[in-house]
Parts: sequence; C-alpha cells; structure tokens
Amino acid sequence: MTAPATLPEVAVSAEPPVHKPSLKKRLVPYWLLLPGILWLLVFFVLPMIYQASTSVQTGSLEEGFKVTWHFQTYWDAFTEYYPQFLRSLLYAGTATALCLLLGYPLAYLIAFKAGRWRNLLLVLVIAPFFTSFLIRTLAWKTILADGGPVVDVLNTVGFLDVTSWLGMTEGDRVLATPLAVVCGLTYNFLPFMILPLYTSLERIDTRLHEAAGDLYARPATVFRKVTFPLSMPGVVSGTLLTFIPASGDYVNAELLGSTDTRMIGNVIQSQYLRILDYPTAAALSFILMAIVLVMVTIYIRRAGTEDLV
Amino acid sequence: MKSATTWLRSHFVVIAGLGTLAYLILPNVVVTVFSFNNPTGRFNYAWQEFSLDAWKDPCGVADMCGSLSLSLQIALWSTIGATVLGTAIAFAMVRYRFRGRGAVNSLIFLPMAMPEIVMAASLLALFLNMGIQLGFWTILIAHVMFCLSFVVAAVKARVLSMDPRLEEAARDLYAGPVQTFLRVTLPIAAPGIAAGALLSFALSFDDFIITNFNSGNTVTFPMFVWGSAQRGTPVQINVIGTAMFVIAVLVVLAGQMVANRRKKAQPK
Repeated sequence: MTAPATLPEVAVSAEPPVHKPSLKKRLVPYWLLLPGILWLLVFFVLPMIYQASTSVQTGSLEEGFKVTWHFQTYWDAFTEYYPQFLRSLLYAGTATALCLLLGYPLAYLIAFKAGRWRNLLLVLVIAPFFTSFLIRTLAWKTILADGGPVVDVLNTVGFLDVTSWLGMTEGDRVLATPLAVVCGLTYNFLPFMILPLYTSLERIDTRLHEAAGDLYARPATVFRKVTFPLSMPGVVSGTLLTFIPASGDYVNAELLGSTDTRMIGNVIQSQYLRILDYPTAAALSFILMAIVLVMVTIYIRRAGTEDLV
Repeated sequence: MKSATTWLRSHFVVIAGLGTLAYLILPNVVVTVFSFNNPTGRFNYAWQEFSLDAWKDPCGVADMCGSLSLSLQIALWSTIGATVLGTAIAFAMVRYRFRGRGAVNSLIFLPMAMPEIVMAASLLALFLNMGIQLGFWTILIAHVMFCLSFVVAAVKARVLSMDPRLEEAARDLYAGPVQTFLRVTLPIAAPGIAAGALLSFALSFDDFIITNFNSGNTVTFPMFVWGSAQRGTPVQINVIGTAMFVIAVLVVLAGQMVANRRKKAQPK
C-alpha cells in the first residue's frame, strides 16, 4: 500500500493524537436520546404514576374519585380475584411450556436442517404476524367447533378423556374449555418463542456438533450437553416473550373460552371499560405487574442470563 | 417395523418441526378457505357453499374498510414516529458512553417486559385523569410508545454487529460527519432499521389490547373484528385476512430476493 502523493501533509499533522471531545460533541448522545426518552417518560412512566394514584383513590363515577390512600383496595381486589390470577398464571405457564415443546423442533429444523428452504420457513413463521391475530384466533372457533373433524379425531384417539381427567375439557367438546384457551394462547405466542430460539441456535458453530460426535456422543447426548445449553439465551428470552404477554391476555379467553375460563386480563378489562371501577382495576393491574416482575426476576437469576436485549 | 421406527427417530426433528408449522399455518388456511364461503346466518363458522361474492365486493360491509384505512394510517404514522425516535436511541446507546446509560437501558427494556394490559390500563388512567379525549391521537401516542422499544432492539442488534473501522475509514478519506453518516453508517444500518420499521408496522396494525383501552369510540380494524365476533362475522373479514397474509409473504420474499441479489453482486 502506497499513500497517494497528493495527500496534504498539513491535515495529518494538524490532528492532535488524543483530544478531548468538545462540549458540543459530548452532548450528541443526549440530543439523540431526548425525544424518544421523553416520549417514554411521558407516555410510559407518567401513566404508571397516574395509575398508582388511581389505585389508592376512592369514590364513584358520579361524585368523582379522590386520593384517600385506601390501600385496602389491593387486598380486596386480590382476595376477590385470586382464582383469576392463579388461572392466568396456570394457562400462561402451560402455553409457554407447550410453545417451547412445539417451537424447539421447528427452530432447530430451520437453523440446521432447512438448507435452501430456510428463508421460506422463516417467512411462514413471521407472516402470521401480518395477518390480524384476531381473525386467526376466530379461525380457531371453526377448527375446534363441536363435532368438527379435529374434535372427532381427538375424541377417537382418547385425547379428550385425558384432558377431561386433567380438568382441561368437559365431555366431548373443546370450545369454551380451558384447553381451547391454552390452545389459542400457545398458537398466538408461538412465533415469539420460535424466533429467539432460531436466533440463538443459528449462532451455534456446527463444528461443535461434529466434535461431540467425534468424541462418541450419541445424538441425544450432543443435544443435551452441547446444543441445548448453548441455546439457553433463546430459551430464556423466548419463554419470557411468551409468558409475559400470555399472562395479561384476555382475547383468547374471551373468544375461545367461557365465563369459567376468565383470566385476570378479562377482569381488568371489564373493570376499566364496563364496570368503571377504576381503583380496583388499577390495583389489579399493579398486582399483575408485580407478580410478573417478581417471577421474571427470579427466573432470570435462575437461568443466569442477564443480557436479554 | 424396526426400520420404520429408526426412520421416525432419524427424522424426528423434521416431522415435529413441520407439525408445528402446520399448527401455525392451519388458521391461515381456514381463513383463506372460509373467504370463499357463502354463509347462512350472521356467523361465518360453518362451511356452506363456494362463493366469490366476498372477493368481488370486499368493502361491502358497513364501516369495515373505513376501519381498515384508519388502521393503515395509524400504523404508518406510528411506524415513522417509532422508527425515527428508536433509531436515534439505538445509535446513542451503541456509539456513545454517557451517564445514565443503565437507566436508559432499563427504561427501554421495561415496556417489552410488561404485560400489554398493564401499559394499556395505565395510559387510560393518564388520559382519564388529564381529561384527554380518546381517539386517533391517543391511539397514535400509545402505538409509538410500545413500538419504540422494538425498533431500538432491532436497530441496536444491527449497529452492534457493524465494524466501526468502516466509519473511521470514511473519515480518513475526508468525509464529513454528515457524509459519513449518510453514505456509510445509514446504508449499513438500513436492514436493522427496515426490520424495526416492519415490526412496528405489524405490531401497530395488529394491536388490539392497548387500542381497546385507548380508542374511545374510534374503531380500528382489530376493533372492528372484535366487535364482529359478537355481532356476526362477515366473510369480508376473511378476505382481508387472506389478502394480508399473501401480501406479507410477497413483501418478505421480495425483500429477501433483493438482499440475496445484493449479496451475490458484492465481490468477495
């Protein structure tokens, strides 16, 4: 490499080797951050503060609400609606486990075995994002309809006997049972599991598989000792991206379930938008937030991955 | 019989993976098939007979196409807003060291780590307390807010994997800061920005929970579908669903073809 002869020497020597950035330069990151952070402060943090104040108000819609530091609302809301809380956590947990079980093979397939079909498979995983999820959830009403082919098959192979024994279905119908709600939740959040799994699987150096094989590890052992541990970041973020939204969802429970499958999201929605009992609604959503944050923190500690974003 | 089990075992991943894919695609197939249905009664849940009526007249249902165009407008504006704000944040986070970085990081992470209904309800609490009229603007504000974090994550991932020496090289070749940004940084970051924008468009267009809380009497497309689940679902909803799926697949495939061609055109 020869430097061009025309290079002006002055410019090179004029540049000091180390220089402290000017104040103007040091302010650049703050100017970049300002609009977005302001938006989040005003429309994400401030609303939380308002909701906190709403949750300790008492009063009625006609007379208006006043802050009376009435913390009793929290206790009353929790004791009245703890079945819905438990149900939400149970459904969301089951859906998350099913998503992991169903999503892992597909993510593995796309990452290692798809070859030139990889892009097409990825598109098929992402494309449902762009079709309204409400329309697709309504489609499950058709799929799981009483006496339909799917329910008939499940009945014939004795699947519904098992799920009735587990309390997930009643008789020979699926619609309006917990199974239908869990099925909808699993379906709706599956892409959120598959994509992080795929990203972390795709990063794995396949030579590690070969090395394990050379060391006489059987395929199952390779998976257990090499592939799965290396995909842990994907497992953690996938389970979080599934569990968190699923725990607050009310669409699946409303469209596919019955009054016996109402989740905490349904309660918050009806308290806020129909019954107009704002303090109770605010308290309920804070309890949900606290439960989710505590569970997520414990989970992340346990799983040992801090860098998720 | 033994060969069958070994075959099953060696192809387990392929079979299970394709099974999951079938589970993912099944509702889309049902939506497509039922867009050609001629239902009796208000609900389009049982197959009656083949008909092209809904495809010939997709806007034949009162208010549906209005809600569709409203959703598209909101998605467009919130994509622009979230992409501009989010890209700026992503660049600041990756390229600069500054005070309060950790706090900013968690502020951006939190909206993604919170059930949507909590954000929806708290925004409603703000709007109610401030006496702000719910409608187009409150929906837009909410959508920009929750899309922002996803844009930051997408752009950040791309900028992190970018070689900073390319920008140094540009500066060594006497490009000014603006020139460096426009001709080197931006083109390299573009796929990340595009991914973030695409994601926020999809998220905003499809959002139901936050919109349900903060829309007042304004009806977006998901709100229309929600209402129709109670009143009766017109076949046209399936037509729109099918069209969106097809368009999404085409757009993504076209994008990948462009990317592939570019990759091939690049000298190794």
